[in-house]
Amino acid sequence: MDRVLALSWQHISLSIMGVALAAAGGIPLGILLTRYRWLAKLVMAATEVIQTIPSLAMLALLMMLFGLGDTTLVVSLFLYSLLPIVRNTYTGLLGVDPGLLEAGKGMGMTRSQLIWRVQVPIALPVILAGMRVALVTAIGIATIGVLIGAGGLGTLIWRGIQTRNNTMVLMGAVPAALLAILTDAGLALLEQVLVPRGLKKKAVSAL
Amino acid sequence: MLSWTEFLAAKGSSILSATGEHLLLSLGAVLMGTLIAVPLGILLARHQRAASVVLGISSTIQTIPSLAFFGFILPFLGIGIVPAMTVLFLYSILPILRNTYTGIREVNPAYLEAGIGMGMNRRQLLTWIQFPLAFPVIMSGIRVSTVYIISWATLSALIGAGGLGDPILAGIHTYDAKLIMAGALPAALLALLASWSLGFVERAVTPRGLRQR
Repeated sequence: MDRVLALSWQHISLSIMGVALAAAGGIPLGILLTRYRWLAKLVMAATEVIQTIPSLAMLALLMMLFGLGDTTLVVSLFLYSLLPIVRNTYTGLLGVDPGLLEAGKGMGMTRSQLIWRVQVPIALPVILAGMRVALVTAIGIATIGVLIGAGGLGTLIWRGIQTRNNTMVLMGAVPAALLAILTDAGLALLEQVLVPRGLKKKAVSAL
Repeated sequence: MLSWTEFLAAKGSSILSATGEHLLLSLGAVLMGTLIAVPLGILLARHQRAASVVLGISSTIQTIPSLAFFGFILPFLGIGIVPAMTVLFLYSILPILRNTYTGIREVNPAYLEAGIGMGMNRRQLLTWIQFPLAFPVIMSGIRVSTVYIISWATLSALIGAGGLGDPILAGIHTYDAKLIMAGALPAALLALLASWSLGFVERAVTPRGLRQR
């Protein structure tokens, strides 16, 4: 049981690490892209291509660069998380009612004030929705990390499959599934809480 | 170390057959998924209350990590093609179901009114108005689903169902870069090709009057 807990912890920390790195890069990138629209198409297409690459293929290819272990897993989680985070930041910011921006300008806000005090707070639920998708996906992909020598709950599942030990498989599979489902539900709740009070009525749809 | 030409001479045919297996496995799953999800989505569009329950359940299924899912199925169906197909089929349902549902729901009610005004019955409304208008949305669900499934099908090698996951796994075990590439590149290409070609179909089936830009 201790082992299951330790592996779950490892699993979630690896997933969060990949997504956090992607957020650190992806959110500023998404903000930047709203200024350079021509670049947006290019970046979106590139991240979409990355997303399309099968996860086992990606892990195997990255393994040749980064070797066996957690680093390879975190790098691939970072790459997979870019698309939902960049896309949601971009569309979230562009979806802000231009009337509100006008109002901000009328109050004498500078460009960076407009971004940080108007656009980002309003777009925050959408950005968070992107991070939710990214994290749930990351938790899923992290289970495969075992194949390239990373830790996490995949270890139990894979060893169980190899030794035909169903109990061991389930000891990995059940917490992994719960982790994904709970993360999804928890972050969905957070999204609703983070909707600015003035905007609460309108439903914010995740992209 | 073998050169690429020697490698392809030795492994080319087995890579080709793995690609075939992979394609068969994924397309079979998506086809089954489509056959179930499209009619179900149409049905759900008429039954709101059931819709939120069914969509909720299928989105929960979607959340389950793929390797975990293979793990769940293992005690019941064992290893091989059947459990792999089952998992892939279950995964393929959600995007198609959701898109069919929203596609049908979001048909402008004015068009339905117009149809009713022309004396169409419910069946005619569905086949002549709702379905054609929703078709691009449904196709985009099928595209998303296909790309996912091609990706997940690489994992079915883990439970002995073959496909391009086989060379990748063998390559990982023996640390053989060529073998990894020989599985990973065709798998990535298949996914990209599926995404592009189905994206093309998606645009082609958009009714002329609805094409923007």
